[in-house]
Amino acid sequence: MTRNSINEATIVVDDLVKRFEDVTAVEGLSLEVEKGELFGLLGPNGAGKTTTINILCGLLEPTSGSASVGGHDVRKEPRKVKELIGVCPQDTATYPHLTGRENVELFGNLHAMPKEKLKERADELLARMELLEDSNRRVGKYSGGMKRRVNLIMALIHDPEIAFLDEPTVGMDPQSRRAVWEFIKDLKRQGKTVILTTHYMEEAEELCDRVGIIDNGKLIAHGTPESLKTKFKARNLEDVFIQLTGRRIREGL
Amino acid sequence: MNSQRVFSLVGKDLKKTIRDPATLFIIILFPVILTLAFGAAFGAIGGTQQTRYQIGVVNMDLTGPYQQWSQRFMGNLTDTGILTIQDYPTNESAQGDLAQGKIQAVVAIPADFGQSCDSFWTAPTNPSLWVNTTVLLYLDSGSMFATQAIPPIIQQVLTTTLYGTQQATAPNPIQVGSPSLVEASELTMFDYMAPGVFAYAAIFLTMTVAQSLTTDRENGLLRRINTTPTTPSEFFTGQVISNMITALVQVALVFVMAFVVGYRPKGDVTSLALAFVIMSIFALVNVGFGLITATIAKSSGAATGLAFVFILPQMFLGTFVGAALSQSAQAASRFVPSFYATDALTSLFLRGAPASSTTVLVDLSVVSICSVVVMLLGIILFRKYGKT
Repeated sequence: MTRNSINEATIVVDDLVKRFEDVTAVEGLSLEVEKGELFGLLGPNGAGKTTTINILCGLLEPTSGSASVGGHDVRKEPRKVKELIGVCPQDTATYPHLTGRENVELFGNLHAMPKEKLKERADELLARMELLEDSNRRVGKYSGGMKRRVNLIMALIHDPEIAFLDEPTVGMDPQSRRAVWEFIKDLKRQGKTVILTTHYMEEAEELCDRVGIIDNGKLIAHGTPESLKTKFKARNLEDVFIQLTGRRIREGL
Repeated sequence: MNSQRVFSLVGKDLKKTIRDPATLFIIILFPVILTLAFGAAFGAIGGTQQTRYQIGVVNMDLTGPYQQWSQRFMGNLTDTGILTIQDYPTNESAQGDLAQGKIQAVVAIPADFGQSCDSFWTAPTNPSLWVNTTVLLYLDSGSMFATQAIPPIIQQVLTTTLYGTQQATAPNPIQVGSPSLVEASELTMFDYMAPGVFAYAAIFLTMTVAQSLTTDRENGLLRRINTTPTTPSEFFTGQVISNMITALVQVALVFVMAFVVGYRPKGDVTSLALAFVIMSIFALVNVGFGLITATIAKSSGAATGLAFVFILPQMFLGTFVGAALSQSAQAASRFVPSFYATDALTSLFLRGAPASSTTVLVDLSVVSICSVVVMLLGIILFRKYGKT
């Protein structure tokens, strides 16, 4: 899956394999993501999307193959990788006893942001996500949608060059989801590189420059949403997935 | 190491201690309530209230020319204000009530008690002419109060009876089973317990550290922190600092509460400062045990139960609870760090030992070594097996 030279690509994955005892979660995955590109990893639950993200973030060691982020090998230079990235986990991971602002500022501090810039950025993002008024309430009292928005801000507070957004809108109401979509589009406009995992096909079509469809740990198709729809003579990406696998992407949910 | 990261983690942990009701109760309120309750029950609130002990007296020196000595001895026992005296006609009847827990001790005055006292005053400087005898003392072995407090009181009353005033070191012809002279009349049971109460409070850090880490692991927060440039050394330094601060607050609160209920430790400002140092180092032992617990436990619920594997031995063998233990249990207590923390504070606060005394320094060394070993073990295990 080579579109550009390695120098131009921000994320390079080559023949990546990850096995958990007798289960192969990722099998021979190769892909490249350009700087400033919004790349969608699509697939049903258990397809290997989150495992791939976890390897790219330095949370998991690959069984074989290689991966680099921002030119840094994820195995050899995990610290350098972590300085470049922001990660929004699939399951909301916030401290319930801290306020929304404290959660956000904690992660800004963990990225060693200057105090003034941190406050400015926290205000900006909290306002953008319509959480400013509630920012001094403890997250434990937030609704599910509010927690997910804080979850996203915590990943992006330090203005990372590369963002990994793992199912960022799952469980959100349509209004919140639309707000997050706008937020993600803004990242793209700012030239950030984004890897987005989702099993919402409409989300991928709306946001992604290119998508890779993963099933059973293998990359079974990739390209722009338009090119995939044209290639498979499909109305949408859901149809593409059905043609490739014989089932709907959300059957397993 | 980046101080901004470390202190943000410290702030996060301290906020949890303050804001989470369960943590706040275990770490702060529980020691305060414990101190107040124990102080009220066994101490001297306002410095005026004293514990009373029920003791049985069997006077076998009721006839003969010297019986006024045994009467004087019994009068002095009553005059302590600490003992409630109950007369028994025979040793058997007194032993029966002791076995049933109705009284906490039996004092058997021998038939030659008065003769012994008189022989002393006949030739006070010639022990070879004394009629030596022994006042038998039976204690309720199940009562730590009886075993600790009563023998020195009896010894003191005996000395007062013989000399008319308190004499700490003068010889006399009458012996009591436990002749050590402690100023029991000025000490309450709480004075013996207070050093252990300090350690008791810190022991529960094991549970809160384990719960906190397992909860953060369950909620994906440890993984999330691991996606930032935060290093393991920064993370664990944050744990160490926040828990040391918590331990210092605990010690300060327990001390203030103990002071409120009439506790007046011996020692000076240096002793107090050293006590704070010892307890903050002891806190690290418990943070280490918390890390080990969090490594083993699969969930926060399991962590709560597993933490007691470390809490109970430390609690029963190394704090005030251990005062009435069997000999074998007391030998086992040498293997728990809390014993040395309690012993150091007992030396400083009860025995009035100076901060530079060998006992205190040995205790401090043992606690320090334990803290390094347990913390390192905890960090190694948690990093290898406990993060996910």
